[in-house]
Amino acid sequence: MSDVYVIGVDMIKFGRFPERTVPNLGAEAALMALDDAGLTIEDMQALYCGNLGQANAMVGQRILQEIGQTGMPVVNCSNACATGATAFREAWTSIRAGLFDVVLAVGVEQMGKGLLGGTGAGKGIPKEGLLGSGTMPAVFAEAGMEHSRKYGTTFEQFAKISVKNHHHSTMNPKAMYQIETPLEEVMNAEMISYPNSKLMCSVNVDGSAAAVLVSEKKAKELGMARAVKVRASALTSDPYQERDLVMPDVNTCTRKAAKEAYEMAGVGPEDIDLVELHDCFATAEMLHYENLGLCEDGEAGKMIDEGEVALGGKVPVNVSGGLLSKGHPLGATGIANIYEVCTHLRGEAGERQVEGAKLGLTHVIGLGSACGIHILEKVN
Amino acid sequence: MALPVVEYLKIPDEGEPYLEGHKCEDCASIFIGSRNVCPKCFSRDKMEKIQLGNKGKLYSYSIVFRSFPGIEVPYISAIVDLDEGGTIKGNLIDCEPDPEKIKFDMPVEVVFDDALGRKDAEGNSYISYFFKPI
Repeated sequence: MSDVYVIGVDMIKFGRFPERTVPNLGAEAALMALDDAGLTIEDMQALYCGNLGQANAMVGQRILQEIGQTGMPVVNCSNACATGATAFREAWTSIRAGLFDVVLAVGVEQMGKGLLGGTGAGKGIPKEGLLGSGTMPAVFAEAGMEHSRKYGTTFEQFAKISVKNHHHSTMNPKAMYQIETPLEEVMNAEMISYPNSKLMCSVNVDGSAAAVLVSEKKAKELGMARAVKVRASALTSDPYQERDLVMPDVNTCTRKAAKEAYEMAGVGPEDIDLVELHDCFATAEMLHYENLGLCEDGEAGKMIDEGEVALGGKVPVNVSGGLLSKGHPLGATGIANIYEVCTHLRGEAGERQVEGAKLGLTHVIGLGSACGIHILEKVN
Repeated sequence: MALPVVEYLKIPDEGEPYLEGHKCEDCASIFIGSRNVCPKCFSRDKMEKIQLGNKGKLYSYSIVFRSFPGIEVPYISAIVDLDEGGTIKGNLIDCEPDPEKIKFDMPVEVVFDDALGRKDAEGNSYISYFFKPI
């Protein structure tokens, strides 16, 4: 089986573009990734497109209507917030399987404002605020409070994660926000669902990201100078857990995917130089330090207290600003994470560059649940 | 007559309302809502209906200050492990929405009452369940 390389990758600056369409946003990132690779749409053998909001509306084909209808196969995927990573993985799989040598993966989303989730009206009367809350801030607050019950994790420690990620995004011109948020500001911001204040919830933005993946043969032909090797791709669903029905499990599926990815890459968490993980809420990021093996169980609070996960620390996490500050366009997030890690491995991340980065890891969670992890390696 | 807020809330002709679970005869896992195959041990057609217990302990929670338009806040969204098995989610009532006042593992009782005055399009009232500190 051929190794797989990312030869071109890019994302648009995340923001709010209500006047544009989903295919139009996706087309922009697709062209940027093709330019980065020095290739054209005619060179692509297939398109894997990730989008959630219009999952039944052939977004991939509509992107091609904007950038070139070559007749190539198009696969449209939807996998909650793991949608982008799933599209990337399908592209990777097609090269591993020997079907293609050059494929394009695009993730795109246009979001409204406001709360996501909810228990749904269904039959009868609304259940929200009657049978607890199905809003995403509350669901992830409950997951964070499970960490608090086990290890005594505090509101302040969760809040520090937002301080860190908002600080990181001041160095990322493609992030939605570039604003410092001191600890008091995060803790005193409007409380949405304790312990997640408004500044501890990811930002709903519009965005797109794209990557060109190639086989080893093709990478050698095109030149390896800026190529990034995909060392591992893992995708899991949530194995049975006793509280599944009322408490979506983001931990077990992440641990399973991490184990599989480390095994495939033949590396351990201690070898990873930077991580882009799924900080849809500050409470979620805390869980994944342990789930990804960046520290022992129970030590996540200490990692944030001691700055180990900040730029310049032992293993910088979400130097892009993360979903909290860069923004979270659901279907684009999984490829935007890959763009961020590739940019560091290529040494092109500017002010926020993780010095000497050789191996990076991306992680996303789609609630319900799906976990996608990729491990990427600098080639030259 | 008031209707049950969810299918697994049962209102018998005589006696008190209760919550219904389904238990796998092979692995003893308890589920809310009916199903034919056990997602844990994969046994088929081994599910038996059981009446869930009314006592439990608070496993996790969030205090919700912002919800969808028209939903009254704040409220405590609580996840409760029932003493006799099963985990359910609901509102914790008769407890201040203050993290200082909410303790993990605090014992709670499942109580049944009107669904906060909510009515459906036909004007029907509903019975819901709530958690109350013991």
